[in-house]
Amino acid sequence: MISSKTNTWLQSGAPWIWFTAAAVSASLIMIIGVLLLITVRGIGHFWPADVSSFNYQETNGQLKTLYGEIIDTSETPAAAARISGYNMADNEEVLVQYQIKTGNRDVTGSDFRWIQERNIKQQDTPPELSVIERREWGNFYGTLLAVKDKSGVIAQGDAAWQAAQDKITETLDIHDEISHLEKKEIGAINYRLEQLRLKRRKLEITGQLTESAKTEIETEKTGLNKRYQELQTELSKLYQQSRNASLLVKTDSGAEITIPLAKVVRLYKPNVMNVFGKIGHYFVKLGEFLTEEPREANTEGGIFPAIFGTVLMVLIMAVIVTPFGVIAAVYLREYAKQGFMTRLIRIAVNNLAGVPSVVYGVFGLGFFVYILGGNIDRLFYPESAPAPMYGTPGILWASITLALLTLPVVIVATEEGLARIPKSIREGSLALGATKFETLKNTVLPMASPAIMTGLILAVARAAGEVAPLMLVGVVKLAPTLPLDGNFPFLHMERKFMHLGFHIYDVGFQSPNVEAARPLVYATALLLVLVIIGLNLAAIIIRNNLREKYRALEG
Amino acid sequence: MTEQSRTYAIDMQAILRKQDGYTNPMETCIHIEHLNLYYGQKQALHDINMKMGKNQVTAYIGPSGCGKSTLLRCINRMNDLVDSARIEGKILLDNENIYDKSINVAALRRRVGMVFQKPNPFPKSIFENVAYGLRIQGINEKRILEETVENALRGAALWDEVKDRLNDNALGLSGGQQQRLVIARAIAIEPEVLLLDEPASALDPISTLKIEELINELKEKYTIVIVTHNMQQAARVSDVTAFMYLGELIEIGNTSQIFTNPKKKQTEDYITGRYG
Repeated sequence: MISSKTNTWLQSGAPWIWFTAAAVSASLIMIIGVLLLITVRGIGHFWPADVSSFNYQETNGQLKTLYGEIIDTSETPAAAARISGYNMADNEEVLVQYQIKTGNRDVTGSDFRWIQERNIKQQDTPPELSVIERREWGNFYGTLLAVKDKSGVIAQGDAAWQAAQDKITETLDIHDEISHLEKKEIGAINYRLEQLRLKRRKLEITGQLTESAKTEIETEKTGLNKRYQELQTELSKLYQQSRNASLLVKTDSGAEITIPLAKVVRLYKPNVMNVFGKIGHYFVKLGEFLTEEPREANTEGGIFPAIFGTVLMVLIMAVIVTPFGVIAAVYLREYAKQGFMTRLIRIAVNNLAGVPSVVYGVFGLGFFVYILGGNIDRLFYPESAPAPMYGTPGILWASITLALLTLPVVIVATEEGLARIPKSIREGSLALGATKFETLKNTVLPMASPAIMTGLILAVARAAGEVAPLMLVGVVKLAPTLPLDGNFPFLHMERKFMHLGFHIYDVGFQSPNVEAARPLVYATALLLVLVIIGLNLAAIIIRNNLREKYRALEG
Repeated sequence: MTEQSRTYAIDMQAILRKQDGYTNPMETCIHIEHLNLYYGQKQALHDINMKMGKNQVTAYIGPSGCGKSTLLRCINRMNDLVDSARIEGKILLDNENIYDKSINVAALRRRVGMVFQKPNPFPKSIFENVAYGLRIQGINEKRILEETVENALRGAALWDEVKDRLNDNALGLSGGQQQRLVIARAIAIEPEVLLLDEPASALDPISTLKIEELINELKEKYTIVIVTHNMQQAARVSDVTAFMYLGELIEIGNTSQIFTNPKKKQTEDYITGRYG
């Protein structure tokens, strides 16, 4: 009886339905798991956690005070701990260890250490513990003793806190001014000086360097140099000012050190912050992450240049790949005689999609950068030699390489879209005296535009996530300038750029302080996902609007 | 078989009504001479010869697959789009061979408009659908477009129904309205000849009636060739009827004569409903 029941159950197809449903669930759980993991780890990074003070007995029996945030916990079964060489008492079943972030890399040499729970004699969160975010050496954990000036101590004890905050704000303003002067004003002057040099060199090469041109260039140069000197004087004055004050602080080991205020970004006491204070702090940090430039070999500060570079590169790629893909697809589908050759080309195009992306990077470097860029330099920018202009990796070549990489997707999607336009619509247009080209332009292509957008969405999704080829054709660890700025011609296609995907790799594996940067890897990964979702969403909205407009296909 | 015993599958009264108003063609508009058409190896049209008069309605009737639509599509060279099609013979439009090498096909199609079996409006506004042919010719002046669109829509008896929503998507119209819109689109560029390929076969009876009335009005200005499966329709709307069978033109004559007194046995069999 049971076997016949099982039989009917099998025949009913129910197991198959369960099986398929399970496959879907497994995929969903994996995707949600990935997103959840990077979200939780990435988002938590900016939260100002409490700093504890531990009264800790070192293995040699010495008692020590340690300041730090608990980052991670590990539990090792007693047996395993014994094998690893820990002394375990008989009644102990697990060895609990905490990873704490102690900061003060300049003093202790490392940001983190593991401590054993059983050796903690006492743990509390004293309100006076401060965290100082610095431009160098990572965070400082300790207590603030005094604020010093050139002339000596200006505030200590309870008054020190407020004085320090005031001084920090002041110094940050000076710092902003300095970076504005350096990046914007002096940057612009340098750019114009370089342009002048190139102009002169060009005239020299072409033999048109007349005396009048010479003097004209010289006058302009002198003017710029004069302005440069003025700015330099201003700058050194500001630097002097910013170096004036410093903080006197005490570490957990009792050592007193002096931190120059110019190196301080932020000073706060997490243990006395309430929830709202922490939330405020969190969003300030998040804002900094999104809008500022990176500090300390990319392990601190923001990632704005990487976001900007990623989006700009994808946009340039889209602008290049769309016309190319669409035109190629139109020829293949509409004009070429269908037969062996078109089949061969289609197979080739589809196979292009399967080529590993790093191969495209190699091709981009070899062909675009060296051959194409090198020749462009030789023909149009002889004045900049031996420094290359386009003959070096840059955002233009990265975009073109990715355009090539995503070309098959756009071609295939466009071809499918063209094939779906009913014959009756084409005939209707032709019967009104339109030529084939007019029919394509006025009716067929607009109607295929949702399909073209679908291709573009897939292309963007692929391009935004690509890292390997970019490392060869334009991405750098730290780009001094954005590819888009206020200096004519504004969009500098030859410049190198930063990219979120590469940033993840760089921060996660190439940074001097991998452990400290790990949360940043998750945060950056989350941001990369969000940027891709954003780009795709924009494309999907456009496509849906187009679909609504050209609904005829359903009929 | 006597005259009385014939059971016609058609509306006799319509034919009798027509007989009164019918006049012989004054002027030949389209002249087809020895037309053969092949699809690859297969011959689809066999030595077709016929004349179609100006401002007359000529109907092609015949069973499915007999080549009526193929013949119709020869008149505006729509068969050029079929790669395997090959044509021999001549079609003279106003004494000019449209298969001549010097003929500009797009210009020809402006002179010979066509309406298809299934309404095929473009996914654009009603206005833009009718203005399409003009815009193709480079006419973009708003005043001219508006005037032409209104005239064309009035000509297609659609103006009153759509004048308040010219900017709505044409796909929102009903099937019958769409078909009249397509006719308006065709007459907006003022062709000489209008080819109708089973224009009412996808429509309900009321829409069909409207289209037929429209054809009667349109023949004042245009030479019309219509392909139809519906013999009553052929009888109602046409002046001349051509019966085709297996790619050959069996008989052509005044509609009243074809339906009341066909000369060929095959024609008689078809219109009395013995086959087809």
